[in-house]
Amino acid sequence: MTKVLDPTNEATPADIPRVNRPESLDGLTVGLLDISKPRGDRFLDRIEERLVERGLRVERFRKPTFTKPAPVDLRHEIATKCDVVIEALAD
Amino acid sequence: MSPTELPVLPEGLVVIVKEDCPTCELIVPVLKQLASGNQLTVFSQDEPNFPEGIEDQQFDGDLAISWHHNIETVPTLLVIEDGKETARTVGWSRSQWESITGVSQLGVELPDHRPGCGSLSVDPSLSADLELRFGSSTMRARRVDFASLEDTHEALFDRGWTDGLPVVPPSEARVMAMLEGTTRSPEEIVASVPPDLAPCTVEKVAINAVMAGCRPEYLPIVLAGVEAVCTDTFNMHGLLATTMPHAPVLIVNGPIAQQIGMNSGNNALGQGNRANSTIGRAVQLVVRNVGGGRPGEVDRAAFGSPGKVGFCFAEREEDSPWSPISTMYGFPAGTNTVLAFPGEAPRNLVDQLSRDPDSLARTYAANLISIQHPKLVLGFDAILAVAPDHSRVFREAGWSREHLADRINELTVRPGHELIRGAGNIPEGIPEAMEELDLPKFRPNGLHIVHCGGAAGLFSAIIGGWVNGEMGSDPVCVQITP
Repeated sequence: MTKVLDPTNEATPADIPRVNRPESLDGLTVGLLDISKPRGDRFLDRIEERLVERGLRVERFRKPTFTKPAPVDLRHEIATKCDVVIEALAD
Repeated sequence: MSPTELPVLPEGLVVIVKEDCPTCELIVPVLKQLASGNQLTVFSQDEPNFPEGIEDQQFDGDLAISWHHNIETVPTLLVIEDGKETARTVGWSRSQWESITGVSQLGVELPDHRPGCGSLSVDPSLSADLELRFGSSTMRARRVDFASLEDTHEALFDRGWTDGLPVVPPSEARVMAMLEGTTRSPEEIVASVPPDLAPCTVEKVAINAVMAGCRPEYLPIVLAGVEAVCTDTFNMHGLLATTMPHAPVLIVNGPIAQQIGMNSGNNALGQGNRANSTIGRAVQLVVRNVGGGRPGEVDRAAFGSPGKVGFCFAEREEDSPWSPISTMYGFPAGTNTVLAFPGEAPRNLVDQLSRDPDSLARTYAANLISIQHPKLVLGFDAILAVAPDHSRVFREAGWSREHLADRINELTVRPGHELIRGAGNIPEGIPEAMEELDLPKFRPNGLHIVHCGGAAGLFSAIIGGWVNGEMGSDPVCVQITP
């Protein structure tokens, strides 16, 4: 991981804003992010089945722990591989 | 223990060594002599088991001991009593070592004296990282993480932090090394940078200087450049917002220019010299990143100019027939200064035949008249950069800068009826009310004659200015402080 110092006046958030939601999922790759809460995977398994039935490509990801933000590498991998992401919270 | 905490040294005698030091190798017998009968601890910086045969031998591989205890030379011998250092000597000197340790007949087979070697903890290639690890960082800028799979250069570009060319990633270690270039505190506010009028610290300037590719010794010039362009007089906001192509042109005077290796000669206004290329760029990156001045946003230039990436050069003082341009702003010759001039791209001016000062002045006047428009006068300043092949003529004739400027001004005077709107079938021009006046091209002190360029070439160069005075910008000259 590379760490740099912000060269700006820091008036804007360091995080890049989210892209707009697509109107349709057709032809898109959907990331399913399991935040590692119990049974979240069962919920996502079912979502995956439904998405695949619709002919969509699905990529699965998992946060190491739900108690911390997703690592920057994981966020980058999701952003690189997917058009949209569904993050599951379950208990 | 936190890396910034001072590690406590063991009681008794402490010696810091490295295997890659002939003096340390030399004194191994002395260390063995001291180990028997004394409380001795030896810390090695590079080889975990050096020297062999010492009972209390420890490894200072991360250099925490050496850095915190300011070890500059190996071997260093310390005496620690009740946790405090009471004596220290560096290198090998039998008399010193005997007097500190109280042991006589030390290393009798060795020479009396041998200087030590540099400690790894002060190795220039490591010092910035060590400072970062062990020092208490005073840098306040937000830290931004890039993923390891992310290309750093692309990420810097994607954030909008570059001028389109690659930048050096501003890591903490690089910025810390950059800050070594000035005695000013990282927290000190240098200026409020237009257009956002964001307060800009020395640290923020250093970050952008790293990105531009500056070396630490350039930083004082960058700081002075930022100060100069962020004054109300210079009006950086207006210079950005204008549809005209102008940008700060920085001219460096004083011994600092040669000390840091700036180019005032061959290709002085061109590429190839690191200081020239990066100092102006650093100032522009500060305007972009700290001030928020970006093309297409507040920067509305119709054309822009290649100089907007950065435009900085030094005056060729060493063989100039004239005093430095900074003297026009009241600084004595020999003062380190930056002059910020709102200028456009340079254009070359050929006169290979004139050999007397008056004919050269006529050539200059004929060309200078055309700046922005031949019918627009008094509203625009200019830099006239005179190369040595031309300046020789003025030196030999004894023409001072003022003499040359006065003569050019005289030669540019034209009757108002040639300049007013509509004259020559051109609507552009000065107001009709000025028809009866005879007017020179430049306002008093509007013409900035500087000496620079390569030794061969019967040329000079013109850098046209932006709207001058209250309506636009006035050049600003600032002293460079360490």
